[in-house]
Amino acid sequence: MSDLSTKIGRLTLQNPIMPASGTFSEDLAAVFDLDRIGAHVLKTITAETRSGNPTPRVCELPGGMLNAIGIPSKGIDYFREHALPFWARYSAPLVVSISAHSAAEFATLARAVSLPGVAAIEANISCPNIEADGKAFAMSPESTEAVMRALRGATDLPLWAKLTPNTGEPIEVAQAAEAAGADALVVANTVLGMAIDIESRRPRLGNVMGGMSGPAIKPIALRMTYQCARAVAIPVIGCGGIATLDDVLEFLIAGARAVQVGTETFRSPTVMLRLIEALDQWMAARGIGSLDQIIGTIAAEADEAARHWGAAS
Amino acid sequence: MFHDPLMPAAPRCAEVTAEVLSNSPVNGEYRLMELAAPPEVLECHPGQFFQLLCPTSGADQPYLRRPMSIYGYDAAAGRLQFLYKIAGAGTRGLATLRPGDGLNVLGPLGVGFSMPPEWRNLMLVARGVGLATLAPLAKLAQAEGRRLTAICSARRADLAMSTDLFRSYGAEVIVVTDADGSSSVESLRALIGGRIAAGQVDAFYTCGSSRLLRLLQELGAAHGIPGEIAMEQQMACGIGMCQACVRSFRVGDQIVQRRVCREGPVFPIAEAMA
Repeated sequence: MSDLSTKIGRLTLQNPIMPASGTFSEDLAAVFDLDRIGAHVLKTITAETRSGNPTPRVCELPGGMLNAIGIPSKGIDYFREHALPFWARYSAPLVVSISAHSAAEFATLARAVSLPGVAAIEANISCPNIEADGKAFAMSPESTEAVMRALRGATDLPLWAKLTPNTGEPIEVAQAAEAAGADALVVANTVLGMAIDIESRRPRLGNVMGGMSGPAIKPIALRMTYQCARAVAIPVIGCGGIATLDDVLEFLIAGARAVQVGTETFRSPTVMLRLIEALDQWMAARGIGSLDQIIGTIAAEADEAARHWGAAS
Repeated sequence: MFHDPLMPAAPRCAEVTAEVLSNSPVNGEYRLMELAAPPEVLECHPGQFFQLLCPTSGADQPYLRRPMSIYGYDAAAGRLQFLYKIAGAGTRGLATLRPGDGLNVLGPLGVGFSMPPEWRNLMLVARGVGLATLAPLAKLAQAEGRRLTAICSARRADLAMSTDLFRSYGAEVIVVTDADGSSSVESLRALIGGRIAAGQVDAFYTCGSSRLLRLLQELGAAHGIPGEIAMEQQMACGIGMCQACVRSFRVGDQIVQRRVCREGPVFPIAEAMA
């Protein structure tokens, strides 16, 4: 057995494999022992109840899917009274994903979920569905810094900022989140996309546009993980299209300290267990004792090339 | 173990690779696939479904799993059956499977049909592949000693599905067709109304068709007859995580959203919305 543990700020995870928000719920407890994964990242909650988007909410594409679920949420009271007691039976750290329409509302919600049993807050400042035309806080460094400062003032819990790949300024946004007090970055969320049924000429999602996920977006998430890991000192958690051991290793080598597995769990609900076992075996076969021998070990020539792309050094 | 009635424990399910035993056409439209499956996926209940990881074939690359209702299951024999019609990339892939091939299945999933003791005289009404979903229910009804009438609707008599199977479960089978007009709503209303008047219907079961749903809602409301419907919706995960497969239901004077995969796929006919 290799040591698969990894530190995300002051949190230590038993292994670097955790679910991406929105692809994990108490329902998965019917399939496997949820204490075997590195952390529990819940679906985004909002302060108010929300019913979500009209159907169809998902659409299948080659190498992935589009979704516009619309963050249906039972609200903060349900979270406190039902979700939190359910998750209390597990020892894996509980990460609560939150979303709101303004920095002030974000801060209020962060305060409300800063409860015993919650290990960290993931600020979903990137979900492309919730704001008009897919706009989100994490599109610009200024709005990222403003919302993360408000959050930092509202809670002492570790704060993870979930960034969007839809920004043209990923490095500046990552640095803004760090400057405002984020403890870690989750890189990244879905890529804003669209699909049309040519017979009916209707959008294939009820919400017209939605977030692309699955293996098709992995190169984008990996690129952004690499850019962000070079640009900030806080831990980066890779997320986007991860389905295989090779995917996990690529993100770790690019600089991620942990990864989130999302859409692949829809295809195979036990994929996270298989990835943990495969990582363990891969490390053992190579005599690699700890993840630090993998994380951020991308070959030096990449750094040289990265400078030509304007990446921070 | 902690138990919250508002968040009931999901039924156990498993992801396994089953072996294809046979996969062949049963008529011009439908195919029957029989799998050898391990015990951990065979504690099924009528109305439940599986999520099938359909193979790629040609240009088709079905990315998501496909929900499919169970046509038959036999835990003692280690058998699982699906009846399907080739309708898209997923079922085109399924049709390529040959005996000996593996198929990754996830299940059993969802909440199936109920059969309270006071429902003595059962009426099944369905059309097309909807009848496949009701086949395990008919088997259970026979085992429970209930009286069963199955109204099987089809375009033509020779396309009526599973009539012999329903008869083998002791059902009185009534085939209604578009060809002779007996499948029209007016004809069915008269047919079912006559059975109700004769005191031969305690509950309805149906699947799929909006037209049949509305008729059974109307008759159920007029005569105080309960019933259940198995519903469909496009799904991604099939176990409740993604919230893609919601439908609206009328509960009292409220409209509520429920996940077809998790709270369903079986719902009270009175609450379903076509």
